[in-house]
Amino acid sequence: MKSAVIVFPGSNCDRDLATALELVTGRKPEMVWHRETELPEGVDFVGVPGGFSYGDYLRSGAMAARSPVMRAVSDAAGRGVPVIGICNGFQVLTEAGLLPGALMRNARLKFVCRNVPLRVENSQSLFTAQYDSGEEISFPVAHHDGNYQADAETLDRLEGEGRIAFRYLDDCNGSARSIAGILNDAGNVLGLMPHPERVVEPAHGGTDGRRLFEGLLETVA
Amino acid sequence: MKARVFITLKNGVLDPQGKAIHHALEGLGFSGVNDVRAGKLIELDLADGTSDSEIEDMCRKLLANTVIENFRIERLESVA
Repeated sequence: MKSAVIVFPGSNCDRDLATALELVTGRKPEMVWHRETELPEGVDFVGVPGGFSYGDYLRSGAMAARSPVMRAVSDAAGRGVPVIGICNGFQVLTEAGLLPGALMRNARLKFVCRNVPLRVENSQSLFTAQYDSGEEISFPVAHHDGNYQADAETLDRLEGEGRIAFRYLDDCNGSARSIAGILNDAGNVLGLMPHPERVVEPAHGGTDGRRLFEGLLETVA
Repeated sequence: MKARVFITLKNGVLDPQGKAIHHALEGLGFSGVNDVRAGKLIELDLADGTSDSEIEDMCRKLLANTVIENFRIERLESVA
């Protein structure tokens, strides 16, 4: 699997994501700077990492979503290439219009940094095939703007179409309907606030995130 | 020519920052504040002749996230 990790000024989980991808796929991803206008030839997976791209200026993810490389990511997503946005990456994908809704300031205004229990809501996606539907797992979160909001019609559609991939089992940020991660309508774009790349080997204190990348590898390769 | 863009959260969108400001005002002894909503003000210094539709385009494409925010544009008379 040939993967690419996008790097914006202010990204800080890009190397974690690259390390997790290399561990699982056996191949180093290409790191792609935000000013690039094209993705490396033949890329079959794109990761938009966590961090504070452009210092969260204007709104989290707003500036990154308009950077040159995001046009290429958007085109790739349109061709069916799997794209994952983690934490700030999720914010970037919503700002870029690749996923519906918006991520607002956490309802209790505090930066939340801890492991959170999640439920896998849809085990049929490219990203969740190695989990069981309804399975409870634990990923770390570390964010200030993770409060997912969308209008009721959008939320109903996400639920009705099985596009809620993960839900929080406790209320860590005020997200509508406890949404932690969602899929686009074609199912090849996933955005989530929790960090699967931070739980891929036992030394991390958990390995629940590993199956996300393993499942992806199996489907893509 | 200058213009101001006011960005506010849509009605019904929870504004935790506004709530915190509200609590702080009450903590300072200001009673009678019914509600607080926080927003943003962006000042643009524009080339003469910039049309309303261009400014609206800027708002829709970047300055506001229309999923959760409204915007209002106010043109300021240029000072000679």
